Amino acid sequence: MNIINIEHISKVYKVGTEEVHALRDVTLRIDKNEYVAIMGPSGSGKSTLMNMLGCLDTPSSGIYQFNSINVSQMTDNDLAKIRNKEIGFVFQTFNLLPRSDALHNVELPLIYAGIPSSERKERAKKALEDVGLGDRIHHKPNELSGGQRQRVAVARALVTNPSIILADEPTGNLDSKTGEEIMGLFNEIYEAGNTIILVTHEEYIAEHAARIIRIKDGYVENDEYVTKRYIPKKNNDLNENPV
Amino acid sequence: MENLFFELKEGLIIAFRAIRANKARAVLTTLGIVIGVTSVVLMSTAIKGIDTSFQNGISSLGADVLYIDKWAWFSNVDWWKVRRRKNVTLSEYERFKEMAKLPAAVSPTIWSIETVKFKEQSLENIFVTGTTTDYVRTSNFTFSQGRFFSDVEGKASRYTAVLGSEIAKKLFPRENALEKEIKVGGLNYKVVGILEEQGSFMLGSFNPDNQVYVPIGTVFKHFVNDNARSLAINVRAVNTAAVAETKEEAEGIMRKIRGLKLSEESDFSINQQEGLTQNYNQTVGVIQIAGFFITGLSLFVGAIGIMNIMFVSVKERTKEIGIRKAIGAKRRTIMMQFLLESSVICLMGGLIGLIIAIILSMVVNQFLPTSVQTDAIILAITISLITGIVAGLAPAYTAAKMDPVEALRYE
Ligand SMILES: Nc1ncnc2c1ncn2[C@@H]1O[C@H](COP(=O)(O)OP(=O)(O)OP(=O)(O)O)[C@@H](O)[C@H]1O
Ligand SMILES: [Mg+2]
Repeated sequence: MNIINIEHISKVYKVGTEEVHALRDVTLRIDKNEYVAIMGPSGSGKSTLMNMLGCLDTPSSGIYQFNSINVSQMTDNDLAKIRNKEIGFVFQTFNLLPRSDALHNVELPLIYAGIPSSERKERAKKALEDVGLGDRIHHKPNELSGGQRQRVAVARALVTNPSIILADEPTGNLDSKTGEEIMGLFNEIYEAGNTIILVTHEEYIAEHAARIIRIKDGYVENDEYVTKRYIPKKNNDLNENPV
Repeated sequence: MENLFFELKEGLIIAFRAIRANKARAVLTTLGIVIGVTSVVLMSTAIKGIDTSFQNGISSLGADVLYIDKWAWFSNVDWWKVRRRKNVTLSEYERFKEMAKLPAAVSPTIWSIETVKFKEQSLENIFVTGTTTDYVRTSNFTFSQGRFFSDVEGKASRYTAVLGSEIAKKLFPRENALEKEIKVGGLNYKVVGILEEQGSFMLGSFNPDNQVYVPIGTVFKHFVNDNARSLAINVRAVNTAAVAETKEEAEGIMRKIRGLKLSEESDFSINQQEGLTQNYNQTVGVIQIAGFFITGLSLFVGAIGIMNIMFVSVKERTKEIGIRKAIGAKRRTIMMQFLLESSVICLMGGLIGLIIAIILSMVVNQFLPTSVQTDAIILAITISLITGIVAGLAPAYTAAKMDPVEALRYE
């Protein structure tokens, strides 16, 4: 079943009198338990598409059905609910709350889901253990390495058991070795049955995915399944039983 | 409902985290609120204190007593005109007493300031009131010991004295004052009675507890030259309903005694408690308006300060707002977070102000019986909460309506 179904979506930004077409007539279907990479040059509209898929933004025209629900006309509040329950974000710049420790950062979506404190703490702790940070739960972001920060972000994305994980250049701020570790983590998450959509510049990162969508100037230029995807080696420092 | 409670609780925790991260700023921000709340609490407390002591004191004046005097307690007659009036004399008093039919009691009073001594205890600048035995009826005094001097003692100008409660305490810290010989202005007087505490009066000099009462004849003989100073004639009406009538009669009699023509205005005043109350209310009213103006101003300045800081805080935390929205915070949740933050800051300011006010009121209590009452505490909390919400409204709204994509992009 399609988890994402977008039809003829476009997004137009008005800058002064000029119109910027960030997305033009994009039609896409993504199934449950897919691993999709979105590729394209800078300014091609990857982030715009990602924001749309993540219900952070609404299209200028076209229809977006998420889990068969039309979200293109939803109110801010309903979109917030969907983001909270169904979507896990991982950003290039991690986007953690700087003054809060790892546990509180991971706990945050559960607060907005209205889950009581004790259950929240337990689930957040479990999620941090799953990404191999069981011994760092009281560290603040500035007390963690880049890779560890991104793991906290991944734990935060996973803690609500969302329908999809959206990652916008998750390795963009990491060195290649650390990036590879994060990609290993994503692989495990994917193999555990999650749906992942990943934005990247880098060909070798995109090859981790099972399907690559290439966009250019807001168009979908190419959309094909990878015949032999790159499967990273298991990380030793991660738990035996991930997600 | 349960949902709201949950959001409130979580919002409060988040607000406290944010404030803790910026303690110094929060404290500085609250300064206006601190001043505002301190002044409002002190004001209402002080006014209540003044009120209580005024009401206590004024009741010793009696609602049904008229005071015929050269001087007006507060007057719409020009001061220089009042000054040129004739003194009320003892013989005028005697004629008045004879002619007046309505009063329940009439007594004269004349004052002098003397030193009062007993053994080595010496009190300077004490009001010595010379009067007749009828004073006990016009003043409504009650005694803790002994009695007022008798008619015979009064008329014969015996050296007998009645002490106000405070004087008795100061002059006789260990002994019983009754039947003791004291010195008033160097003359020996025998103490025949001690008053119960009558309640002090804010206008200082008129404090029945801090006076000595002696027969009027002895005052004129030793302390005051015959016409040096005006008497006051104290006239007690039979009851409060009869005050107006009694006053009318008194005015008529005094004019007759003075031989005033119809066209001439009265050259004496008839004072009474009611006028004093009016005057008092006016004065307190002015103080109140001034005080609440100052309070309002400092609260206003405080609120602007908080609003400003909250705007800065929202701007600084744009990225944080974006993150929170991305992971599912609703507009309402963000709005509440910032409203709670400004309310908590204001509430802290209010509590600091309250503590300062309580400490200051303890200091004030040395002069004026005051204590911070529950209603002042409730007032302080309400005011600071309302200020917090009002000041936080615009910044919180700005935060709530931010576009998550824009907010996340903010550096
Ligand atoms: N808020 C906005 N206002 C105006 N134009 C915008 C806005 N956001 C994006 N755009 C424009 O839309 C186009 C697509 O931007 P987008 O951020 O999606 O690109 P991208 O593929 O993510 O690029 P990069 O790889 O550099 O992150 C760009 O031309 C950009 O200038
Ligand atoms: Mg981008």
